[in-house]
Amino acid sequence: MATIEIDGVQYQVEAGESLLPVCLALGFDLTYFCWHPALGSVGACRQCAVIHYHDPEDQKGRLVMACMTPVADGMRLSIEAEQAREFRRDNIELLMINHPHDCPVCEEGGECHLQDMTLMSGHTTRRYRGRKRTHKNQYLGPFINHEMNRCIACYRCVRFYGDYAGGKDLQVFGMHNNVYFGRFEDGVLENEFSGNLVEVCPTGVFTDRTFSAHYARKWDLQTAPSVCAHCGLGCNTAPGERYGELRRVINRYNGEVNGYFLCDRGRFGYGFVNSPDRILKPRMHDRMDITPEAAQQQLCDWLADRAIGIGSPRASLEANFALRSRVGEENFFLGLGDNEQSLLEAIVEILRHGGIRSPSLREVEQADAVLILGEDVTHSAPRLALSLRQSVRNAAFERARSLNIAPWLDKPVREQQIDHRSPLFIASVCATRLDDAAADTYRGSPEDIARLGFAIAHDLDPGAPEPAGLNDDARALAVAIADCLRQARRPLVVAGTASASHAVIEAAYNVAKALPAKDRQLTFTVPECNSLGLAMMGGRRLRQAFEAVRDAGRVIILENDLYRRAPAWEVDAFLQAAGRVAVIDCLSSKTAEKAALLLPAATFAETDGTLVNNEGRAQRYFQVYPAPEPVRGSWQWLSAGMDNLSFDALTAACAEAFPALTAITQAAPGAGFTVDGMKIPRQPRRYSGRTAMEAHINISEPQRPVDPETPFTFSMEGAAADVPAALEPIIWAPGWNSNQAVNKFQDGIGGHLRGGDYGIRLIEASGALDWFNAIPDAFKPVKSQWRIILLPHIFGSEELSLRSPPLAERSPSPLAMLNPSDASALAVQAGDSVEISCFSGGPIVVLPVSIEPSLPAGLLGITAGRQETQRFRQSEPATLKKALGEVPS
Amino acid sequence: MTGKPAVLTSVEIEEITAEMSHYADKAAVSIEALKIVQKYRRWVSDECLVAVAELLGISPAQLEGVATFYNLIYRQPVGRSVIHYCNSVSCWMLGAEQVRERLCRHLNVEPGEMSADGEYTVLPIVCLGACDHAPVVLVGGQLRLDVTDDTVDEMLGR
Repeated sequence: MATIEIDGVQYQVEAGESLLPVCLALGFDLTYFCWHPALGSVGACRQCAVIHYHDPEDQKGRLVMACMTPVADGMRLSIEAEQAREFRRDNIELLMINHPHDCPVCEEGGECHLQDMTLMSGHTTRRYRGRKRTHKNQYLGPFINHEMNRCIACYRCVRFYGDYAGGKDLQVFGMHNNVYFGRFEDGVLENEFSGNLVEVCPTGVFTDRTFSAHYARKWDLQTAPSVCAHCGLGCNTAPGERYGELRRVINRYNGEVNGYFLCDRGRFGYGFVNSPDRILKPRMHDRMDITPEAAQQQLCDWLADRAIGIGSPRASLEANFALRSRVGEENFFLGLGDNEQSLLEAIVEILRHGGIRSPSLREVEQADAVLILGEDVTHSAPRLALSLRQSVRNAAFERARSLNIAPWLDKPVREQQIDHRSPLFIASVCATRLDDAAADTYRGSPEDIARLGFAIAHDLDPGAPEPAGLNDDARALAVAIADCLRQARRPLVVAGTASASHAVIEAAYNVAKALPAKDRQLTFTVPECNSLGLAMMGGRRLRQAFEAVRDAGRVIILENDLYRRAPAWEVDAFLQAAGRVAVIDCLSSKTAEKAALLLPAATFAETDGTLVNNEGRAQRYFQVYPAPEPVRGSWQWLSAGMDNLSFDALTAACAEAFPALTAITQAAPGAGFTVDGMKIPRQPRRYSGRTAMEAHINISEPQRPVDPETPFTFSMEGAAADVPAALEPIIWAPGWNSNQAVNKFQDGIGGHLRGGDYGIRLIEASGALDWFNAIPDAFKPVKSQWRIILLPHIFGSEELSLRSPPLAERSPSPLAMLNPSDASALAVQAGDSVEISCFSGGPIVVLPVSIEPSLPAGLLGITAGRQETQRFRQSEPATLKKALGEVPS
Repeated sequence: MTGKPAVLTSVEIEEITAEMSHYADKAAVSIEALKIVQKYRRWVSDECLVAVAELLGISPAQLEGVATFYNLIYRQPVGRSVIHYCNSVSCWMLGAEQVRERLCRHLNVEPGEMSADGEYTVLPIVCLGACDHAPVVLVGGQLRLDVTDDTVDEMLGR
């Protein structure tokens, strides 16, 4: 600890920290641009100047940049001294010389860090009357707008995009007072985390292009704490609504999960909520609209008539639980693919009883050696890839420490990274987007990846079973990886469901179990937002539903397109046999088309629910705005008739029914929670037009909708202060209109939210499992036969986000990937098409070929999750034939 | 490198590859590689830049960042002789403006342009490290000190 004096007042702070975040944490409003809590200090913008006095007698002091100054005991400083204020004011005037006067038409306006800092510094009159330099803007793809004239050259964009996220195509060009931040030429920003530029840029150079299409000021958006619905990581989001339309999604800080950053799928995948494909009215089989009351009655009747229920990994615990309660445990089926369900069951078993910690993303970043088995994480759990990329830096931090370089001094620490990287090993089917950060990679079929894992485990602990007949290369690699993992203090093993292989998951557990380090960790990716929650709840398999249907009266399908779960002919047969099928969902789908009773379900933005992420963290998403009548939350359709349970009562009943889920009631406070007797407003205090926004319908201001289910109101009135940070719908503090106001809500800058981060962990490491010893045989290609490997894609494989037009624009067309030797044996080239016939039968599928040298021979890589590729099952054998003629579009 | 028509000559590739052997990291050769291309072509075209980036295993954007940082790497065609007149403080105080005017008038160009005969390109530069002999001009790699109107005339053969 150190005692420092700022403007005559003494403070106890951490010695050695950068002075800027220390000042911010103490609550001072000190201006800055180039510094970012996740990016560290470079001292480029000269905006955080303060006076440092040499000794107690020193009256004059000298200017220092707070971000570059380590805190030392006895320091005497001034933020308020006139010379410091003048310097900050003048500096911002210089930075602003070329900045246009376009705030009224700039989308950053009202949440602009540059506006905030300018006002804070006291530079309120523009004096420069000369010509401003101007730039041509670039087309950067469907996600991001480019307006270079607004740039103040803080360099944060390239530091985030390149240094932090590993992007190669955004750079800075030119020098001195003429620099340009952009691409080599117009084109889509390639990195999967490009959307964060919108929040990292302190002004309006990079703005959200999807938001531009239906823009509203930050203060006009209604917001509630939410959780991303587009993968299993559970990143926290702040969706914003205006006029009954979801306008955008931005990051909501969670110190344990996503921190400051989201992936582009999570940020730009929200468009499905506004989609013309939304189911907005209840319908009976002949597409006849019926009243909500009649639909509700029909559903209740059906539920009482020997119904079976099919749940969903993209529906909340409450919705699944309500269905399960209504149809009975023995009639509840999870609605997962059969293999996926058994993989998830294995994962839950390992997490709960394996005795190895499942880390949060923050803990992932602290790992000092990582082994990934069978996943291309960027595509299966994107935000995790960004955390893993940071883990590689730990050796550089370690090295910097030994050289007495402070960890927050970004450039010198990054210099260390050239020669000091924490090892990251990736064993995958083919090249991954994280390979550039890897110390070594291995390519193989899921069996061979599992065998490598088993060999590593055996090398670490001879008690672990050993794979027989491993080739010398694989054995040498296993020994090398085991050596690195053995020396690590916080080793981490990553696997998941994307490999669709039990052996890979079991091998991952064996490696983690064999690790000597006390702080060993094991994390599994799961495909959907509530995959883990659903698996923890448990239930019967889809195939059993296909069999049980013969005895059932009705089938109730919750938020699920079964054609994504099982082969089309099986689903067809099932729906045919079922006859009377009720579907509750938000978007049209092949399953919904076949429903005799169709009920419109609210999306994540229009109702409440609890999700469990891959870590085992239960998190609540809150309704952002009322769903248009008669759309309701699935849980509401299903719980009507259960004495009209409240949401909280349903959560409590679910918690009571499942010991593993007991803590979900603590994921967020219930409807009774108030601050000083008041609910929390979803609208900012400046929310405008409330009295006029429905004047075209009725000149009287309508009564605000009432929300009996949550601690929030659809209003700007309510609790103004002392709202727990994790429940703040809008991150705002006086003088801080941009998202950087989050500084004011943290326990230490970049730390946890004051009062605790969002959500509650349901699983802590306990017990131990025996070694898994079902080691598969090595994969041997069979002549004229290929093994199908389904490869997820960040912008192509997730059901809901794919219905968002900007994201769909980025999704690749489904491909059949082949090793070059296989391609030449088939006499096909890139761009040709192949006919794929599966041994399991079903129609032949024709897909264009891409040649992938990193894919082992004998494997056929296929883009997962697309309508064209739904019929394929992981690992099933197929034959290939060159397709003649045109590729069907 | 696969089936595409080669942009760089084998001599250029050979020289760049030889430079690579001096460094652990191929990207470290960026400046040298650009200088090699420029030595043979007087400037670095987009096609050449992309080809060099591929050779060094970095993105074109990364190499462009380097190329545009250095004012002696030319990303547009230049004349056979490039004239850099210094316009930094010392030269500016001692007549850099006059030097620029005379250069531009003789060649009928604005700074940044190439003369019609393709002989000269005039570019400003910030400091050539000879402030004691200001104003200073760099012509075709040769430093000219204490430049006067006469020096300019003589330099251009007028």
